[in-house]
Amino acid sequence: MQLIKNNSMTWRYFKQGLFFTCVRASALVITLALGGIIFYILYNGLSVINWDFITKPPTDAMTKGGIMPAILGTIYLTLGAIAIGLPLGIASAIYLTEYAKEGRVVRFIKVGINCLAGVPSVVFGLFGLGFFVIFLKFGSSILAGSLTLGFLILPTIIGASEEALKSVPQTFREASLSLGVSKWQTIFRIVLPNALPGILTGSILGIGRAAGETAPIMFTAAAFFTAKLPSSMFDEVMALPYHIYVLATAGTNIEATRPIQYGTVLVLVAVVLGIDLIAIVIRGYMRKNKRW
Amino acid sequence: MDSDIIKLNKVNFYYGPTRALTDITMNFVKNKVTALIGPSGCGKSTLLRLLNRMNDLIDGTRVEGEILFEDKNIYASDVDSVEIRRKIGMVFQKPNPFPKTIYNNISYGPKLTGIGADNMDALVERSLRQAVLWDEVKDILNKSAMNLSGGQQQRLCIARALAMKPDVLLMDEPTSALDPISTAKIEELIEELKKDYTIIIVTHNMQQAARISDETAFFYIGNLVEYNKTEKIFTNPDVKQTEDYITGRFG
Amino acid sequence: MIRQTKEIIIKYIFFLFSLASIVVLGLIVLSLFREGIPLFSKVSVKDFLFGMEWYPTYDPPSFGIFPLIVGSLIVTLLATLIAVPLGVLAAIYISEIAPQHIKIILKSVIELLAGLPSVVLGFFGMVIVAPWMQETFDLPTGLNIVNASIILALMAIPTISSISEDALYAVPREFKEASYALGATKFETISRVILPAAMSGISTAVMLGMARAIGETMVVLMVAGGAAAIPESLFDSVRPMPASIAAEMGETPFRSLHYQALFAIGIVLFCLTLAFNLIADYVSHKFKQVGSGTL
Repeated sequence: MQLIKNNSMTWRYFKQGLFFTCVRASALVITLALGGIIFYILYNGLSVINWDFITKPPTDAMTKGGIMPAILGTIYLTLGAIAIGLPLGIASAIYLTEYAKEGRVVRFIKVGINCLAGVPSVVFGLFGLGFFVIFLKFGSSILAGSLTLGFLILPTIIGASEEALKSVPQTFREASLSLGVSKWQTIFRIVLPNALPGILTGSILGIGRAAGETAPIMFTAAAFFTAKLPSSMFDEVMALPYHIYVLATAGTNIEATRPIQYGTVLVLVAVVLGIDLIAIVIRGYMRKNKRW
Repeated sequence: MDSDIIKLNKVNFYYGPTRALTDITMNFVKNKVTALIGPSGCGKSTLLRLLNRMNDLIDGTRVEGEILFEDKNIYASDVDSVEIRRKIGMVFQKPNPFPKTIYNNISYGPKLTGIGADNMDALVERSLRQAVLWDEVKDILNKSAMNLSGGQQQRLCIARALAMKPDVLLMDEPTSALDPISTAKIEELIEELKKDYTIIIVTHNMQQAARISDETAFFYIGNLVEYNKTEKIFTNPDVKQTEDYITGRFG
Repeated sequence: MIRQTKEIIIKYIFFLFSLASIVVLGLIVLSLFREGIPLFSKVSVKDFLFGMEWYPTYDPPSFGIFPLIVGSLIVTLLATLIAVPLGVLAAIYISEIAPQHIKIILKSVIELLAGLPSVVLGFFGMVIVAPWMQETFDLPTGLNIVNASIILALMAIPTISSISEDALYAVPREFKEASYALGATKFETISRVILPAAMSGISTAVMLGMARAIGETMVVLMVAGGAAAIPESLFDSVRPMPASIAAEMGETPFRSLHYQALFAIGIVLFCLTLAFNLIADYVSHKFKQVGSGTL
């Protein structure tokens, strides 16, 4: 070994060491950034959170009280987005994986999905405003916001569903078809039930995104303050992300509401990461119990 | 009396531009076991999958010629591949039960196609008995089929196919993934089943073909080289190639 | 025959559903044009794109978005410069170097980072980073290009890192083994064999990361400072396009020129991100990694 470890070898290992240091440093920087953000949010937010904060509406021109209407609004909007995005996304993925043959049409649809995935969230907001709020006359409402968010997460759900459908073994399809069971029955009875856990966990990541988006609901659903809770899907709602933005930039008293802002940030992060965490846990569980 | 249940007339089959089967003309006899043998890639599995139109599932394939099942061309434009598959069942190389209970594996096909709906329990029992699995599973019908051993799973797949009351049973190397004891059980079962069904089996195990089949067809690079009584093929084949193969000189 | 007809009908129903994405894309374009195009009967395309002054509420107003475009490009570029090395190096660490348990932790970190809502990152940049930056560097404001770029980079890192990781992971094992067999060090193998083989995937990752950054709204709205002028230093405020739309849409009268101009900005933004995505799509298909033979 002594013979081989000459100067050039030392130089080569020096370069490698330098590179590894850079690589580890990048990983560390990213981890510290996330850690720092989470720490600040917890540090400043935890003291604000209590039962009243979560269950009471705001009072004193938003400077006191809780954020219950915003939590509720975010739940409504997210459920609405799921109701739009999930069925459409699963159906799209079924066509692409089970029916479509490779060719121009499929390529066209896939490019379309990729492009839709890349549309900026603020442009989705403009689209929601121009189409749902104005053209279809829904007004600024839960309906318009849910539709906008539902289409926003559509590409994520299609992607997740395609992956899950593809992971169902081809032998299941063959076995079912060889029994003289028709194709659509095979899809509904065998393929879809086996893909569903995968579809749901994959989609949850998109759903978390819908819960946290601000720009798409700014002009389509969100209100700074509503005196009453929404009673129909044509009502405006408060929402957590918008609440943070407004309090932090244009509220009546930005400094005085700082604790409320931190508390709202903490609740939003808990909601979004909580949703993601569910997905991660289910995914781990599924991997362990997978039988094929 | 015509006892040929499936007749092939000048069948050619293509994967894209590649021809996988060349001018196959042959008949399968009713209530007999016919073995298809030959080296890997000779087209025997492809031929088997042609008989119940499973190759339809693969993009870019093309069939020429006629395949008559009960004197009707199964590739005619007015024939529904789903109907064909109900009458011609299939057992695959690897056991592929659904991740459902044993009972639901069997009842799956009949339920969806409306067979035996009036007495599903009896149908399930009959099918499992035919596949000689009943005694082993009668107390665990509501347990997942995934818990069974490989040999049991394969017999379950046979029972699942039998529940559709097919006329023909196609078997694509059904024992290649199994241990010798399970293999023996399946071979006994095949012996039993040929009273009621026409069985066409692909195998790469020469002894198995000799043991269980009545007729044997030898394929080589997409061609049917020799087709005759099993006895004749294994004792005194007409073609040199066949002899070389069965005596293990290649393959 | 009835059964077969049913089968075909079901197939076409699914086909129609699969067109949803295309339809939505079409509706987005239509909505943007319907609300935005009327602007150009009053303002020429040239004045709009290259006009230096964005005073939409003055009398007479002026609708030059060049400063906004510059603002968008500069924060995107700087964010890319920060995010690409960090993201790609982290991907290399995950796929080639890190021990199993650190790999799992780092992957979760990146997934969590991707999950953080943009308004939360914007809030962090505004409330924590900006005051710190203002004090430390003695600046007039902490809401500036550098701050916005750092936060944007944090948003782009998960995209860049996870797609790069997939590309690195897809490099066939034989390549690496061949390189080690020739006596190459790990670094030489990574830099001369693995990275070149994964380059198309990494380029796609960078393009998608940039598309993400250029379209991101809340961060630039809250952190970039909002000055609609060409910046003279990296510590100046800017007003990137998404920020302008989000900030002003709430206060503009319905179908006024200003309202139309904001939709027109939306068109520009849409086209820019579309271009980035189409290039990414083209790169990933044109230079598809197909096992061996691509080197």
